[in-house]
Amino acid sequence: MSYSITDPSPRQKWFAGTLVILYALITLMPLVWILMTGFKTPPDSISYPPKVIFQPSLEGYVNLFTTRTRVSPDDLAALPPPANFAEEIVRNRDMVIVGPSKFGERFMNSVIIGFGSTFLSIFLGTLAAYAFSRYKIPLKDDLLFFILSTRMMPPIAVAIPIFLMYRTLGLSDTHLGMILLYTAVNISLAVWLLKGFIDEIPREYEEAALIDGYTRFQAFYKVVLPQAATGIASTAIFCLIFAWNEYAFAVLLTSGTAQTAPPFIPTIIGVGGLDWPAVAAGATIFLLPVMVFTILLRKHLLRGITFGAVRK
Amino acid sequence: MSEVVLESVSKRFGDTLALADVSMVVPDGAFVVLLGPTGAGKTTTLRLIAGLDRPDTGNIVIAGQSVLDYTPAQRDVAMVFQQYSLYPHLTVRENLAFPLKSPLLNTPADEVERKVRAVAETLRIPHKLDNKATELSGGEMQRVSIGRALVRQPQIYLMDEPLSSLDAKLRAELRVELKHIQANLGATMLYVTHDQIEAMTMATHIGVLEEGRLVQFGAPRDVYENPVSTYVATRLGQPRINLLPADLFPGAPSGAETIGLRPEHIVQGEGQPATVLRVEHLGDQTRLHLRFGGHEVVTTTEVHSHHAQGDEISIRPQSALYFDAAGTCMTTGA
Repeated sequence: MSYSITDPSPRQKWFAGTLVILYALITLMPLVWILMTGFKTPPDSISYPPKVIFQPSLEGYVNLFTTRTRVSPDDLAALPPPANFAEEIVRNRDMVIVGPSKFGERFMNSVIIGFGSTFLSIFLGTLAAYAFSRYKIPLKDDLLFFILSTRMMPPIAVAIPIFLMYRTLGLSDTHLGMILLYTAVNISLAVWLLKGFIDEIPREYEEAALIDGYTRFQAFYKVVLPQAATGIASTAIFCLIFAWNEYAFAVLLTSGTAQTAPPFIPTIIGVGGLDWPAVAAGATIFLLPVMVFTILLRKHLLRGITFGAVRK
Repeated sequence: MSEVVLESVSKRFGDTLALADVSMVVPDGAFVVLLGPTGAGKTTTLRLIAGLDRPDTGNIVIAGQSVLDYTPAQRDVAMVFQQYSLYPHLTVRENLAFPLKSPLLNTPADEVERKVRAVAETLRIPHKLDNKATELSGGEMQRVSIGRALVRQPQIYLMDEPLSSLDAKLRAELRVELKHIQANLGATMLYVTHDQIEAMTMATHIGVLEEGRLVQFGAPRDVYENPVSTYVATRLGQPRINLLPADLFPGAPSGAETIGLRPEHIVQGEGQPATVLRVEHLGDQTRLHLRFGGHEVVTTTEVHSHHAQGDEISIRPQSALYFDAAGTCMTTGA
C-alpha cells in the first residue's frame, strides 16, 4: 500500500487510535462509574464485589429531587395507591414524599453564579485585554504582572479576610457576592489569555475600519470581537469550569440562598444512611451543563488552544 | 474631491525622524505619486493624512480645513493598505459594503448593492462576491482592498503600493483602470509606489522623499529630466542613470564632480572607445553593458543590435547632467 510521507501509515494510525481509545477508557472510567451508580439501588451501589450488571432504578434521582419521611407499614397500607412512579419507588422503602428537595434551587444557583461570573469575567477581561494590547498605558508591564500575581497563591489562602470582608459588606451567601468573587479569581486568566488572542489580530484591521468611517469602539466590536471569538470561547470555557466546580469558597461563604451545587451534593449523603445513588445522580446532572457548553464551543476550543502556533 | 496640503509636517518615531518638515500641496484632482526607498517616509505621510498617526509639528489641511483634531472617519479619506487588510470574518460583498454601511455614510441597501456590484465589475471580481475574504488569492484580496476604497467618494484616495502583489498582466490592466477611474471621478489621489512605470504613467505630480525630507516635487517629466540631485536622478529611469566621475569626458563645467548619463544622453558611434561587456535583449529594448574607463556603463541600443561581447564602440555624452560634490544638480551640460 502506498502512502505519502506526511500521512501516517496504516500501522501508525492503528497505534495512535489504540492509544487514544486506551486513554479515553481510563479518563472516562470515573464518569461511567458515576453515571452507573446514579441508576443503581442503594444496596447495589455498595455491594461487594461491585456490580457491573444490575437492574437499573430511578431511586437515586427520585431521592435527589425529593425529601421523604418514614411511615409505619400500617399507615402506608392506609394510603391511596401511588400517583406516580416516584411515589411507588419511595413507598417500597416504607417512606412517603413530603416535598421537593433543595437540589433544583442549588443547581439554579450554580447556573446563575457560574454563567454570571463567566460573562462578567469575559466582558471585563476582553475590554481590559484590548486596552493592554492596543493602548500605551503607563506601567503596563507592571500592571499585567500584578494582575497575574493574584494567581500566585491558592485563592483559599485569603479565605479568612474575604470571609470577614463579605460578612461586613453583607455579601455573604448572596449571588452577587459569589459572582464577584469568582470573577475576581478568573479575571487574571481572562485578561492574559485574551490579550494573547487580541495581540494576534493585526492593528491594520482596526485602522482600516477607522478610515472606513467607524469610531474606535465600533471598530472594536465589528472587527476585533468577531476575530477574537475563538479566544473568547476558549477563555469562557476555562472560566466556567473554574466557577462551576469551585468548592472551598462555596462551602465557606454560602449556606442557603446562594449555595451552589458542589457544597450541596455531599450533604445528600447524610440523610438516612449512605445514599450513593442520589449523590451520583446529583453529580451526573451537575456535569451536564459544562459538558454541553464545552461541546457547543469545542470547535473554538481546539482552535483556541493551538491559536497562534501556525501563522496563516 | 479636494486639495490636501501638508504644512511643515514632522513626525518622529522614537529616535528615528520619519518625516522632517515636509510641505506639499496635493492639488484637487491631481494624481500624486510618492517615490523613495523603504523608510523614506512614504507610508508615514499617508498615515498622517489619514489620521492614523498625529504629526509632532506642522499642519494638515484637507479642503481648506485643518484636520489635526479630526478622527480618521471625520477626515473622509479612503486608504488602501500595503498588506491588504480585508476583514477576514466577512465575505467579499460585506467587505466592499463595510465603508458604505458606516454610521458616517449610512447608505441605503439598494444603493450599497449597486455600488458594490459596479466596483466588483471594474475590478473583475463579481463572481467572488460571496466568498469569504480568506478564500481569495493574493491578487484578488488586493483587488477587494482597492475596491473597498473605490466604493466611496472621499476627499482623497491614499494608496500604499496597491498593485505590488499582482502579477504583471493584471498590474498593467489595473494601472490603466485606476488612472481611468481617477480621471473620470476627478479624484485626488496620493499614491505610493516603487514601480517607476506606475509613477511615470499615472502621476500628474511626483514627490521624491529622502530620509523623511521631500527633496523634489513636480511633473514626472520635469523630475525625470531635471532632477535636483543624484538621489532623485537614480529614482527614475530604466536602466538606471549612470553616475561617473565628471572628468572622464571633456567639457565638464568647473566644480562638477559627477556626470549623470541616461541612455538617451549617450551618443554611440563617436567619441571615446568603450568595450561591450554584455548584451541583454529585453524584447522591446536591448541593453548594452559597457566597460568605459574602468567603470561600467549601461545604455540601450537599437532592438536588433548586432553588437557582441568584446566589441569596441565609441560613445560621447550629449546634454548630460552634472552634479557637484554634494550630489546637487548644477545645470544641464552642453
